[in-house]
Formats: sequence, structure tokens, C-alpha cells
Amino acid sequence: MTAVAIEGVWKFYGDFPALKDISFNVDGGACLALLGRNGAGKTTLLRMLAGLSKAAKGSITILGGDARAEKTRARIGVLGHGIGVYEELSAFENLRLFARLYGIENPRQIAMEWLERTGLDRVSDGLVREFSRGMRQRLAVARAFLHNPSLLLLDEPFTALDDRAIAVLQGLLKGALAEGRTIIMSTHQLREALELATDVALINRGKLAYRGERTREMLEDPGWLYRHYGEA
Amino acid sequence: MRLKIILALSVLSGLILSWNLHTMFLKVPDELNQGAIFRIIYFHVPSAITSFAGFFLAMFCSVGYLIKKDLRFDSVAASITEVSFAFTTITLITGSIWGRIIWGIWWTWDYRLTSFFICWLLYVGYLMLRRAIDDPTTRARLCAVLSIFACVDVVIVWKSIEWFRTQHPGPVLSIRSGGGMAPGMEAPIWWNFLALMMLATVLVLIRMRQEAMQREIDTMRRYAHAF
Amino acid sequence: MSFLQQALAIAGKDLRSEIRSKETVNASLSFALVILMLFSFAFDPGSDQVREISGGLLWLVYAFAGTLILNRSFARELVNDCLDALISSPASGAQLFFGKCLANYLLLMVVECVSFPVFIIFYNARWPARWGLLFLVMLLGTWGITVIGTLFSAMTVNLRLRELMLPTLVYPMLIPALLGAIRLSTVLIAGEALETDDQIWFKLLAGFDVIFTVLSLALVEIVLVG
Repeated sequence: MTAVAIEGVWKFYGDFPALKDISFNVDGGACLALLGRNGAGKTTLLRMLAGLSKAAKGSITILGGDARAEKTRARIGVLGHGIGVYEELSAFENLRLFARLYGIENPRQIAMEWLERTGLDRVSDGLVREFSRGMRQRLAVARAFLHNPSLLLLDEPFTALDDRAIAVLQGLLKGALAEGRTIIMSTHQLREALELATDVALINRGKLAYRGERTREMLEDPGWLYRHYGEA
Repeated sequence: MRLKIILALSVLSGLILSWNLHTMFLKVPDELNQGAIFRIIYFHVPSAITSFAGFFLAMFCSVGYLIKKDLRFDSVAASITEVSFAFTTITLITGSIWGRIIWGIWWTWDYRLTSFFICWLLYVGYLMLRRAIDDPTTRARLCAVLSIFACVDVVIVWKSIEWFRTQHPGPVLSIRSGGGMAPGMEAPIWWNFLALMMLATVLVLIRMRQEAMQREIDTMRRYAHAF
Repeated sequence: MSFLQQALAIAGKDLRSEIRSKETVNASLSFALVILMLFSFAFDPGSDQVREISGGLLWLVYAFAGTLILNRSFARELVNDCLDALISSPASGAQLFFGKCLANYLLLMVVECVSFPVFIIFYNARWPARWGLLFLVMLLGTWGITVIGTLFSAMTVNLRLRELMLPTLVYPMLIPALLGAIRLSTVLIAGEALETDDQIWFKLLAGFDVIFTVLSLALVEIVLVG
């Protein structure tokens, strides 16, 4: 079952092609590590998958629907560079807001549930602006997961996490995969990502340089992919 | 080929303009009440029509861009807006000069001048927005939306200021004093209109070439910096 | 997840944020009071001249103070990339936009309702007999300012010169609505009767509001996403 089908996607800045004819699929339940140097086009692609911008040419089909369709967006969880929560609202209010936006029937209950799951229940009424960095990240994760998304899009999720936070996130992602969710994650942290990944895609200068399964070789030697396919 | 068209149009419009100037200054007599200055109408009215038309043409091109996503539509819209901006400035200045000679004042809030000044401000907004955005695709998209808003607004502005001035009659910049004009005097308006339209087209075409070249340079710069 | 439900969720979030921090409303209110005071130096309060320009004065204050609120509207979403979080949620651009309009409208009305008595006091004007109609003018005029201002706030959110661009773009657009609001306010504050001619301004305000609300709802998705 194909969760994400990207076909012939181009993205332009003016006449400059940031993404050139990208085509690949991601099966349901897979974990795709999206690799590439800075400026290669990973974030551009992820943003299109998240419905934040549109492809100039080509099509993106997510879970059988258009990326921008309301039903599709309700099944996608996004964790970008920013934590995506409001400073002047409490942890509870933030989660309740997003629960409502995602059409959850009992937003309060779900919000409290996820505060417990991320260990933030004791500070549920605390304003985010008073939170430590680790607490903010946990809240961001709660926000991304609380609506039970079938597809998770993560843009460099392990960046600037300490080892404990990394372990927590890895645990959550493993659990998600076990539940059959699909994950697409762009990353520079090769080791952490490759441990989780079932598939790998490398974007180089806007083109898809490699698409295949994550092999043993890649895990043992994370730089292997870049060395073989890194230069166009 | 494009260059040839531009050249041909420029030469033609130059010729017509020169002929008109000859007609205006040597053939047409001074108007009874206004004197020599009335000749400014030959530039004022065609400029006004050209600049006003610019809003609507730019809006059509903007809608075209939003539908087709072809950056050339954006080039046309931007070029038309810039040229219309120039003609709006000419309209305001010629109107102001006329007002100074006839009424003794540089500016007055008659409804046409006021509306034109607002048109001028809307154009300025568009041009400022264009300069404020670096990415050509985003720029095209946002300026297209602005163009649509500005055009709808222009219609409302004209109507509302006309009503306002009906309630508060102020000085009226009526270049057509009395009834119409003597037949010999009207012809140069239409000829000048033709010449100015051709001139406007030339300027738009030149501007479009510039835009195309700018896009190429932009793209090359991105290639150079990107990888 | 109806349109209104989503919009109200967003509006509620904006208002809750604002009530906690109070930064925008305070700035806007202070600004309004300062302008009122400055204008009182320029125009001799209590004179006949003021009666003639009362509507203009009032709406200039509202428009300037309103820009502060409107500028913040989408700018506040840039912190922590919250705008991305909202756009990638099932809420459509139109729902997002309308929710923000509702919040901005309320905040702007608060600033206006507080500024008005101050205006009356500073300029020795009499409380208008037909204050109900004046309130209606405020409701209509403010919605026009809100809709245009919120849309352009979305448009300029990612620009370097956002604070400069927003007023430059918004004020010329608002002139028809401001004209109508000014004309009606001047008449009502002076306690004069509304002539039949003046009723055209109500129609203009209503028409302006409807046209630009529809246009904005239709185009905001393009502005936010592409």
C-alpha cells in the first residue's frame, strides 16, 4: 500500500529549479530517511508534503489524496525546525487548540493524555515561555502526534537534542512504526536516522540521486551513501 | 524579431508625436478662454486614459499568472504597471500645471485629481512590494493578488470620490470649458492618444525584455551560489 | 469541524494570547491617545473647526492605531514557526484568515471604544445623540479596516520591511471606506440629521465590506500557500 506517491515534481524559484523531476514512492509502514546536503532540496520537498507549498509541476499523492486536501492534512503530523507551539499559551491550551484544529472529538481529554505521555502533566498549566528547551521539544512532539497521524513528517528532528531526548524520540518513532505509521524524516544525524530507517532517499542538487532500502552497509558506514551517490 | 517590432513602433510613435507637436503648436489656434496652456490637454487626457487602463490590463495579466503559473504573465503585469505608473505621474503633473496656470493653485482636491493620486499611491504600493520580495515566484504570486485588490479598489475609489465631491463641490478641473471643442482641435487628441499608446507599448515591451534578462541573471546567480 | 468552529478556535487563541501579554492592545491604545493629544495641539479643541473635522480626526486615529494591531496579526505566528503548524493543519487558509479577522476586529473595537470617550473629553465635544448609528458606522468601518489589514498582514508577513510595507499598501486601499466612515461620523458627532445623500455612505461601507471580505476569503489561500 503506497502511503506517499511523488511523481515528476518540480519546484522553481523564478526560473531556477530547486527540485528537478523528483519521483519516488513510500510504502505504508516504512520509515524513509531523506538525506542530502544543505540546500539540496530536502526541506523544500518536505514542505510540499506537509502542504506548506505547492509543486510547480507534477503531483504528490498522500494516503490516496491530494497533499493539500483537508482529509489528508488531518492524517499528517509535522515536526519542523520550529516547535510550532505558542509561547503565551499553556501546554494544555496549546494541545487543546491543535486537537480542535485536527477535528478530535474530545480535545481536552486527548490533550491531557498526551501531556501525561510526554511527562508534561505536572506543568500542564505552565506557559510555554517558561519551559526549558527539553520541555518544549516534548510538547512539540505531543502536538505532532496527538491526532494519531498515519504519516509523520520530520525535518531534522534529532538536531540539538541531548542524548536523553534523542532516546525518547527514537522510542516514540519506533512505537509509531510498530503501529503501522509511515515516517519520512530528513536528517543530518545519519546514525540515529539510519537505525530507524527502512528506506533511504538521497537528494543531490535538486535531483533524486538514490532511492532504495536501507542496507547493513549504510548502517555500518553512514558516509557510504554520500560517497557513492553524493556528487552529481 | 521582437527588437524589430520595438524599433518600428518607436519610430512610428516618434513620427506621430512630432507631427502632433507640429499640429499643436503651429496649426491649432489658442483656445478662447484658456490660452496657450490648453494644449496640455493633448497629453493630459491620453495619459489619463492609458494609466487608468493599466490597472485593468495588469489585473488580467495577474489573473492569467495565477491560473497558468507562467512567469511571463507576471512580467507583462509588472511592466504594464510600471509604465502606467509613469503615465499616472504625467497625468498628475500636467493636471497640476494646468491648475496652476488657470486657477493659480498647484493642487486641488477635485475628484479626478484625488482619484488619480490614489491610483498613483496604489501603483507605488505595487512597485514597493515588487522590490521587497527576492524570490521571483513568491513575488509574482503576491503581486498578482495585490494587483487584483488594487484594481477592484480603483473602481470603488472612483465612485466614492465622485460621490464625495458631489456632496462637497470643489474646484473642478474642467479642461473642456464650455461645450465640446471646435472640430480642428479635437483631432490631435486622438492622434496623440495613438502615439502615446504606441509609446506605452514600446516601453512595456522594453521592460518585459529587461524582466526576462533579469530572470536569467537571477537563475544563473542561484546556480552559481547553490552548489 | 465546521468553518466557524475552526475560525473561532483560531480567534480564541489569538485573543487568549493577547489578553495574557497585552502588548499589542496597550501599544495601540497608547498610540491612539498620543495622536489624539498631538492633534489637539494642531487644532484648537472646542472650536467650530473641530466639529467639521471630528470624523476625520477620529478615523485617522483608528486607522493608525489599528495598523499596530494588524501588523502583529500574522507576525505573531512567526515565532516558533507556528504559522507553518497552522497551515499544515486541516484548517484552510480562509478559516485561518477569518479567525484572525474576528480577533483583530474585537481588539480594534476595544481600542476604538476606549478612544472615543477620550476624544469627547479632549475636544469638548458633546456625546452624540444618535450614538447607536455612530456605533454602527464604527462596526462597518472597522470591519473594512480589519479585512484589508489582516489580508495584507498575511501578504507581508515574511518581508523584511513588513512594518513599512503594511501601511503603504493598506492606507490607499482603505480610502473609500474611510471616506464614508469619516463623512458619517462627522455628521453624527455634530448632532446633525442624516440626509438622504448620506445614506449612500452606509451602502458604500457595507458594499466595501462585502466585496473585500469575499475577495480576501477567495485569495488568502494563494497568499499563504501558493
